[in-house]
Amino acid sequence: MHIIDRRLNPGGKSLENRQRFLRRAKSLVQGAVKKTSQERDIKDVLEGGEVTIPLDGMHEPRFRREGGTRDMVLPGNKKFIEGDYLQRSGQGSAKNSGPGEGDGEDAFRFVLSRDEFVDLFLDDLELPDLAKRKVAQTESEGIQRAGYTTSGSPANISVSRTVRRALARRIALKRPSKEEIEELEAAIAACTDDDERVVLLAQLEKLKAKTKRIPFIDPLDIRYRRFETVPKPVAQAVMFCLMDVSGSMSEHMKDLAKRFYMLLYVFLKRRYKHVDIVFIRHTDRAEEVDEQTFFYGPASGGTLVSSALQAMHEIVRERFNPSDWNIYAAQASDGDNSYSDGELTGLLLTDKILPVCQFFAYLEVGESGGSAFDLSDSSLWTLYERLRNGGAPLSMRKVSERSEIFPVFHDLFQRRDTAQEKAAP
Amino acid sequence: MTERLFEGADWDFHTLQRITDACETVAMKDLGLDVYPNQIEVITAEQMLDAYSSVGMPLFYKHWSFGKQFAYHEASYRKGLMGLAYEIVINSSPCISYLMEENTATMQTLVIAHAAFGHNHFFKNNYLFKQWTDADGILDYLDFAKNYVMQCEERYGRIEVERTLDAAHALMSHGIDRYPGKKKLDLREEEKRAGRRRQHEEEVFNDLWRTVPKGASKTRSAISLERRRKLLGLPQENLLYFLEKSAPRLAPWQRELLRIVRHIAQYFYPQSQTKVMNEGTATYVHYRIMTQLHQQGRISDGNFLEFLGSHTNVVFQPEFDDPRFSGFNPYALGFAMMQDIERIVTSPSDEDREWFPDIAGKNDVMGVLRDVWANYRDESFIAQFLSPKLMRQLRMFHLHDDPEERAGIRVDAIHDERGFRRVRRELARQHDVGYIDANIEVVDVDLSGDRRLILHHHVIKGAQLNETDTKRVLQHLADLWTYDVSLIEVDANDKVLREYVVSPRPITAAA
Repeated sequence: MHIIDRRLNPGGKSLENRQRFLRRAKSLVQGAVKKTSQERDIKDVLEGGEVTIPLDGMHEPRFRREGGTRDMVLPGNKKFIEGDYLQRSGQGSAKNSGPGEGDGEDAFRFVLSRDEFVDLFLDDLELPDLAKRKVAQTESEGIQRAGYTTSGSPANISVSRTVRRALARRIALKRPSKEEIEELEAAIAACTDDDERVVLLAQLEKLKAKTKRIPFIDPLDIRYRRFETVPKPVAQAVMFCLMDVSGSMSEHMKDLAKRFYMLLYVFLKRRYKHVDIVFIRHTDRAEEVDEQTFFYGPASGGTLVSSALQAMHEIVRERFNPSDWNIYAAQASDGDNSYSDGELTGLLLTDKILPVCQFFAYLEVGESGGSAFDLSDSSLWTLYERLRNGGAPLSMRKVSERSEIFPVFHDLFQRRDTAQEKAAP
Repeated sequence: MTERLFEGADWDFHTLQRITDACETVAMKDLGLDVYPNQIEVITAEQMLDAYSSVGMPLFYKHWSFGKQFAYHEASYRKGLMGLAYEIVINSSPCISYLMEENTATMQTLVIAHAAFGHNHFFKNNYLFKQWTDADGILDYLDFAKNYVMQCEERYGRIEVERTLDAAHALMSHGIDRYPGKKKLDLREEEKRAGRRRQHEEEVFNDLWRTVPKGASKTRSAISLERRRKLLGLPQENLLYFLEKSAPRLAPWQRELLRIVRHIAQYFYPQSQTKVMNEGTATYVHYRIMTQLHQQGRISDGNFLEFLGSHTNVVFQPEFDDPRFSGFNPYALGFAMMQDIERIVTSPSDEDREWFPDIAGKNDVMGVLRDVWANYRDESFIAQFLSPKLMRQLRMFHLHDDPEERAGIRVDAIHDERGFRRVRRELARQHDVGYIDANIEVVDVDLSGDRRLILHHHVIKGAQLNETDTKRVLQHLADLWTYDVSLIEVDANDKVLREYVVSPRPITAAA
């Protein structure tokens, strides 16, 4: 008779099988993830959760019999006698409960962890031009002082700390100082009385012996400087959120933009240890604000896109050295811009902004179901399109429905074939 | 008054030991049970879910379908759609019973009595298990299977192995020998033989043989049809066995995988034939043990009431018009029949004397029951021991549903003098796996022609195969056979009802 406690055995024995299942169901799950993510809020989506995949693709077939005449024995007869007939439709309960009736496993609900979910969602996405800065992928380790230790290499001996400890020990153990001995020797030399001299000599012997017993430096005193390696995140990115907040931007449009930014943030978070966000909102002048103000603060005025670009340029110059930071920018706008501003905007983009950016996405947001949206291209759109045709690394999309955000995002960050899309350096 | 085994709901490992000892005394002395050595393991809910998804076995080879099972169980468990079983018990020696840590002390007692003594006795003594399973060898064999599958994955690639296993799983229900063969399965020996087979294949492998030109094939009519069928062992209902032995282009490791799946299917075959008896036995045993312990004063009245609550839930049988009804509950039917046998043996009525002259009034309850447990399976058990009294008590009736019949579903027999035997026969049939599973067999291979494999499905009572599933299974079959496969559905008069023909999918680069 054995009684065994297995509770501490490593759990998750099914993990491997679960992963195999996921791998196999990947395309199905991926489809389901995309579908689910369109229906839900981004925040909820990134919490992971349940997706439903059709069981069909994962079905394990068996030979099954169906139809034909059926016989069944049931319990609980109350009123029937031999030869009675039961109506098929009316007496549903009797019919449905026959043996061998298929159990309705039509769709399969599957709970994904947050990581699994995001992984699947972002699976075929790739940051454009990631290779441009190789440093972004390697992580360097910095070295940092971290106190003292009792062991180490001789090169790291801390002399001052060692001596200090030695001194403390000598004092504590009452090691006679050099002066004490010299004083005594002087006293002996000056001494005339033999008896006293013997006493003094004995004292001197004692002191000398003590000096020998208590060394000047004991191995116990030695201290080494300790160093610790700390991972130094060089893989860092900054994300600029540029948004036109002039009166023409409706709540719906801001909501679209917000969704896009959040996705971008989650996406960058996956790739970088550290992601900074800079929110720049602009009317005819631009300012850096916090998130709350960015999305909810009231503002109004004319529209000068160049002001935002100028602000971004300055912030980059001040705080984000392009050699240390991977810079991403996403601009959301309804596309209105002052006519006179076009040229300046174009210049800023080509000269200042695009050369330091890994990626610049322009998202033109429209009203839900907006019909006017499709009519003609906005002034900003026309401008950007011209730049892009000129070879600038710009990505641009139009969005007017919530459900389009994910596909558009996906589209923008689709893993690219290196051959294609490498037109301009 | 003897000392209580425990107070309240808490337990620790000393309590478990005391409980097991007390149960063992009752089981051995009063009930005369004969069991494998017991091994009791306490596990968590998560581990229970793990165990669920590998058909209750402590170790199993890796396959995605177990992951699917796990995800499925986990999702329904989280949503509260499904409670976990109190226990899982494995037919092995030692007999392993898993107990959940969440169980109260009363529940642990119930579970130990149920699994470690009830099921254990049944496993060790029932003729089907004796015939078909090797309790000593199963764990080692599963360990071997797990490692073998892993090695194959390393050597031949995960995808290839998965494809073979998928196909084998699809045919698993038809990978069983339904009638005892020459000898009992000895899994340990089997494992050794598998090792030797592989070694031999490796030793004698000579790449030159591949290049030796093949001689002219024998004349087509040289082998007569009868002889050919005999050589191939046809007709053959064990499809996996047939493929393993005769499929022309399988690699040795693929044959070994088929053999593994076949052995495992065979191991579980007795369980599917004895659900009512197995659960009935375990339930009867735990009921006797618990009652005994209570009478001895080793379980308090409160704890005994808690036990009765669980017990009543387990043996609850909803009636057919109850929304909770989903067929006969094997626990309820099995337990009711065991108790009924006890009644017939101890205080039979005239009716019982007439129906069961062999056991009525024999007074040796345990002797009779032990004999029943050893020598019957569900179908024969019901056919033999379902009494008129129980049929009346459960108000059983027999429905006949003929889709052609316009008037509806006919009540063919009820629990009356005229109906008893018919109801009993029909219920027994419902528990006959040979009757529930489709009757499919390989009847011929056109070896001299296009090597098409021909199978027959003998349709009973007009129940044909589900079309989509059948096509898929046949696809797997054809992939293993590597030539066309045709399945013909024939009725009792050999009239062809339907024919499926499936061609194998082209094999990818690996060969």
